[in-house]
Amino acid sequence: MNKVKVPIAENLGHGHLACAGCGAAVAMRLTLKALGEKTVMVFPASCWSIVPGFWPYSSYKITAVHAGFVTGAATASGVRAALDVRGDDETLVAVWAGDGGTFDIGLQALSGAAERNEDLLYICNDNEGYMNTGTQRSSATPLLAWTTTTPVMQPKENPKKDIMAIMADHHIPYAATATIAYPEDLIRKLEKARSIRGTRFIHLFSPCPPGWKMPSEQTIKISRLAVRSRIFPLYEIENGRFYTIQEETRVVSVKEYLKIQGRFSHLTEKDIEMTQRNTDDAWERLQRKARC
Amino acid sequence: MKRVITGNQAVAYGVILSRVDVISAYPITPQTTIVEELSELIASGRLKTKFLKVESEHSAMAALIGASTGGVRTFTATSSHGLAYMHEMLHWASGARLPIVLVNVNRALGAPWNIWGDQSDSLSQRDTGWIQLYCENNQEVLDTIVQAYLIAETVRLPVMVVLDAFVLSHTAEAVEIPSIEEVDSILPPFCPDYPIDTQEPRAYSVITTPDYFLEFRYKVQKAMEQVPEVAKKVDDEFKARFGRGYGAIERYGKEGAKVLLMTSGTVTSTSRTVIKKLVEKGLSVAGIKIKRFRPFPSEEICEAIQGAKKIAVIDRNLSAGVGGIFAQELRASLYSREERPPVFGFVSGLGGRDITPELIEEAIQYTMEHPQPEGDIVWLGLKR
Repeated sequence: MNKVKVPIAENLGHGHLACAGCGAAVAMRLTLKALGEKTVMVFPASCWSIVPGFWPYSSYKITAVHAGFVTGAATASGVRAALDVRGDDETLVAVWAGDGGTFDIGLQALSGAAERNEDLLYICNDNEGYMNTGTQRSSATPLLAWTTTTPVMQPKENPKKDIMAIMADHHIPYAATATIAYPEDLIRKLEKARSIRGTRFIHLFSPCPPGWKMPSEQTIKISRLAVRSRIFPLYEIENGRFYTIQEETRVVSVKEYLKIQGRFSHLTEKDIEMTQRNTDDAWERLQRKARC
Repeated sequence: MKRVITGNQAVAYGVILSRVDVISAYPITPQTTIVEELSELIASGRLKTKFLKVESEHSAMAALIGASTGGVRTFTATSSHGLAYMHEMLHWASGARLPIVLVNVNRALGAPWNIWGDQSDSLSQRDTGWIQLYCENNQEVLDTIVQAYLIAETVRLPVMVVLDAFVLSHTAEAVEIPSIEEVDSILPPFCPDYPIDTQEPRAYSVITTPDYFLEFRYKVQKAMEQVPEVAKKVDDEFKARFGRGYGAIERYGKEGAKVLLMTSGTVTSTSRTVIKKLVEKGLSVAGIKIKRFRPFPSEEICEAIQGAKKIAVIDRNLSAGVGGIFAQELRASLYSREERPPVFGFVSGLGGRDITPELIEEAIQYTMEHPQPEGDIVWLGLKR
């Protein structure tokens, strides 16, 4: 792989309100570096409606359009249409939505935009729950995880929704997973996405110290362990068909990943074994897709 | 050019003449032929407008919020459940001060399912910060769309143009269609103050604390308060150019009449014939047509009702637990006045039942015969 240059420009300014150790803050900083100033970013409701601060201030140094929770992809479609009418085909229109705004309440608008193949870069900042409202379950919350609406007596009963498969089945030109422990990979994928026209989707995995009940200094480590344990493999899908896996050879067991997060502390050995089996199965399926 | 067209075709002409840049819409009966007509026009190259064929009304309004923030002229049309589905985004559009124009074809909301005319859809949105203009005929529909852009882009608030299901939307009548050059002479291109510009990055609709939110809403109210003057100026200019004006309200019938009948939409046309007949018979009646519902034309109404002893209102809508919404707004407007004639609130024609000349005459007779109404609602044509 060619060495990736990290642009020097800082487009996430000082004074933002992200929690200590916020994985998404690292991701946002890198993302705005990679995408540059000629970007309009649409923010449906998520932590990122709050993080840049309150009116009349904003930590974003790019154009930011805050939007209704459901509307990330729809609002961005409208911004794109306006720029097209104005003859501006250079400016990138991006969306930065949470997993709630993507997997759940915003899925209809996202599906609509993807089906129309709107010229957008949609970034789903997945912290596996409704973290802005204080850690409630979303359909991105993993099986058996604790949240405030899936207490340990009855932890999450359903597995995480496979958003990448959903997006692949919309046959969009580009979809990729990424996470902050692999910044060059993230930046390369963002730059690649920027160079493509049509709907592009980045599934960004962002550890959340308060929501995951993990020490704030472990963010990068957990991001890395998610990839090494194959809980969150790094891969790309082109045109819904061609899979490329960025294989991490230093594989660890899922236990290594689970044990440092309080949200999994109630898991029994049996639960962990099941999680390992599920992860192995998913990895097997992904490899099969990548082989054809 | 004069053509025989339906209300929905008149909407499409209004959109062409207003040089709309971006349309985003989702079909719903009885609005559907508007989106079909616009799709045809665009596909055949006669209309150079970007049309986002979104997956829902919620996304339709959200997309226009994005496009209007992007600095271009925007349009959508809907009805009933579609408008209700947009509700959240209607608040957003007015709060963000975006001059979006929406056509709503009045239709009842379920349950039970009903596709016919009823104002409960648009009137349910009365507190969303949108200007609301009701139309009586297809000519007025076309003209009001052009006027709506002029008003919206001056006060920076969105406008809802409302027409009756089927009676206007699917009924053809002769409409004078001005040339686009004539419309250009009164409707300049949309020039927003702060369109998206990556050279000057801004953050739009940033979270605002209690320290400032009140002031944001105060400004929306102040913009609403500008509407009567702005709309009058627009209407006067329109009339000078095209010979047609509508006002916020229109009074017709006998001068100094003792009994007034207040209506909106197509019920007004029927009322005109009834009142004409009754005046000829020597009765002291007159009609008031309400065109602008938001902001409610209290000043204009209070001026127009001077000398009247009773006011009858026919509402094709219902706020259950209160009564007809126009009657309710009228009562609120009269409260601070010295002259407070009793308001007879008739509710009729819900879900598209015809409000016939006979029913209108019955309402007027009832008002004349009773010193006071027998309750906040007087049901008209109710099967008991």
